Amino acid sequence: MGFETLMGDEAIALAAVHAGLGGAFAYPGTPSTEIMETLQELASRQKAGKLEGVAEPFAAQWCANEKTAYESALGSSFAGKRSMTSMKHVGLNVAMDPFVNSALVKINGGLVVVVADDPGMHSSQDEQDSRWLADFARVPCFEPADQQEAYDMTREAFDLSEKMEMPVLIRITTRLAHSRSVVETRAPLPQGGVKKPAPGMDWILMPAVARRRWHELLGKQAELRRMAEASPANPIAKADKRLGVITAGLARQYYRENLDDLVAARGSAPSHLHVGFYPIPEDKVRALYEACDEILVIEDGYPLIERLLRGIVAPGKKIMGKESGEIPYEGELNPDTVRAALGLPARRGLAVKELSPPGRPPQLCMGCPHADSYGALKEALKDHPLHAVMSDIGCYTLGALPPYNAIETTVDMGASIGMARGAAEVGLKPTVAVIGDSTFYHSGLSNLVDAVSHGTNMTVVILDNDTTGMTGAQPTILPSSRLEPVLKGVGVAPEHIKVLRAHRNEHEKNVAAIKEELAYEGPSVIVLVRECIEALKKARKA
Amino acid sequence: MNYDIVLCGVGGQGGISVSVVIAKAAMAEGLRVKQSEVHGMSQRGGEVLAHLRLADKEPASPMIPRGAAALILSFEPLEALRYLPWLEADKGQVITATSPLKNMPTYPETEKVMAELMALPNKLLLDADALAREAGNVKTANMVLVGAAAKYLPVKPESLEKAIRDQFARKGEAVVEANLRAFEHGRRANP
Repeated sequence: MGFETLMGDEAIALAAVHAGLGGAFAYPGTPSTEIMETLQELASRQKAGKLEGVAEPFAAQWCANEKTAYESALGSSFAGKRSMTSMKHVGLNVAMDPFVNSALVKINGGLVVVVADDPGMHSSQDEQDSRWLADFARVPCFEPADQQEAYDMTREAFDLSEKMEMPVLIRITTRLAHSRSVVETRAPLPQGGVKKPAPGMDWILMPAVARRRWHELLGKQAELRRMAEASPANPIAKADKRLGVITAGLARQYYRENLDDLVAARGSAPSHLHVGFYPIPEDKVRALYEACDEILVIEDGYPLIERLLRGIVAPGKKIMGKESGEIPYEGELNPDTVRAALGLPARRGLAVKELSPPGRPPQLCMGCPHADSYGALKEALKDHPLHAVMSDIGCYTLGALPPYNAIETTVDMGASIGMARGAAEVGLKPTVAVIGDSTFYHSGLSNLVDAVSHGTNMTVVILDNDTTGMTGAQPTILPSSRLEPVLKGVGVAPEHIKVLRAHRNEHEKNVAAIKEELAYEGPSVIVLVRECIEALKKARKA
Repeated sequence: MNYDIVLCGVGGQGGISVSVVIAKAAMAEGLRVKQSEVHGMSQRGGEVLAHLRLADKEPASPMIPRGAAALILSFEPLEALRYLPWLEADKGQVITATSPLKNMPTYPETEKVMAELMALPNKLLLDADALAREAGNVKTANMVLVGAAAKYLPVKPESLEKAIRDQFARKGEAVVEANLRAFEHGRRANP
């Protein structure tokens, strides 16, 4: 249809709409956030009649967390519409229950699950590899290598999901999500109408049905493997037999970046198998292995293909990759690590002579309300030499760094409240959980219910800036004004809910209030409210 | 032809719009472009980096290999030093603004940073803030840097001017003019 310059995230969003998307649901998380942001922008253009070829409106919504988002997408698929959910890698852990089980139902409208991994942990707490989870759930997985493939594979994923009646995962990584290149787009397809699944029990996963559905899911694996062997996304080129290279997804681009130099150095191109569609095309991997003297496996994330190839009984020939150390196990791939693994000398750059440039850690913005909140909290805790401050995922995690040094844990979304509660229940006191409003709704609320139920002696500090700040200020699922009624509703005693303004002018008052609640032997909540500086800027720009 | 640019600075300095302006100008002249940005946590006052690759055929990697960049365009002097390993050793150019942004206690003495920069073979150090102020708007320092880089970039100055117009059009004519003046001041600083 035309050419557009798109980020990987944008290419996926546009492809979904062009594939006839009916509903998309997500929770923000770097590097996946821009998928939903783009979908929402496309949805408003559609409503204004300014989205060429897309006649019908579609849903594009932020949700409380990845599990609720996944379940909304699953319901939208049940209704017969093409549906998508997008998340960061650790978000798939939150959505693991619906993800794994949705592989057993008979998917109706195509269901595409986009997961953006973050090897190198640019903005994450681990570098887990979602290809393993696709394999675990026994669902197919696309891994695009560039923006054009991101567009094309997303469209193909919807077709495949409907053909195989199962969810399809698309795995991308940070560098694909956040880099741009020109994408050729194709004519949009119309949306299908609402159409329920054929009558039957295929969506009721009670044990008797689930056993039958599991049997069917396993039965589909042979067909998926045949598809992977035949897929043009998995091309094999036999050339120089001295070396066989296997690339997966974006790794191909780093390999190609070095290919001219490699050919110049060796006299010919190595044999090459690229994998862009899983299950792993085992016959092709075997064919490459048999045709070559040595194999190098280049894949971002955990060594999935490499491990399968190595097996337990050593196959004999030399296999190079992450497990043998030619490719670094930790961090993301880049053109330089791939270059070294190919045996090419490093290119000559410049070096700083005397200085060693110190890192510049990220920090809270000037005037950020969290800074004032931490100021008050730290002062209130001075009287308690033994205390614990558990925190959570968001901008306020930066409270771990100087000058604040205010928090002691960050593990996963919502963990602050659960961990503070567990520590309190075994005698560590006072314990404080510091959590943002968006994270509180994501996974903190159910932990607070535990605390209320058991009358746990702990204080929850909700930093309410009315936004999801770190990912670029998306709206919190419920507005600030709804927080207090929610806290009361789950049973926190009203006299132990204190809503304060997070500002240094209120410092003394806030310190006194926090001290009071630290002294209270039961669950208490302090809400420190002030709007995010970034969100304010964004609102002014708009 | 291929021309790789490392754009660096500190979160909030306007690196992304520079990347967009140069990319648009290059595409208007028929070049293939690949851009890579860092989003998320590092945007909060940390070091930020964009890679911009211009070529007559599609560049493979979204990231520039070490030792391959033709230009480091930096909004902050220490950040220019940080990415030297990406610069092509003999021919690579460094253009950097000279105002240090000291938002961490470990920032080295300014004189030492400047001495390192002065020792580089191909460099242009300029007070982009002062030039932007002279041009009428201190917020346009990033376009001063684009102007200063114009004679090295594989695109015509007119294409860059048009890209600046496109980039700032929705903010009104006054903003467009301010950025064009800043671009012009940058060009004059490196004629």
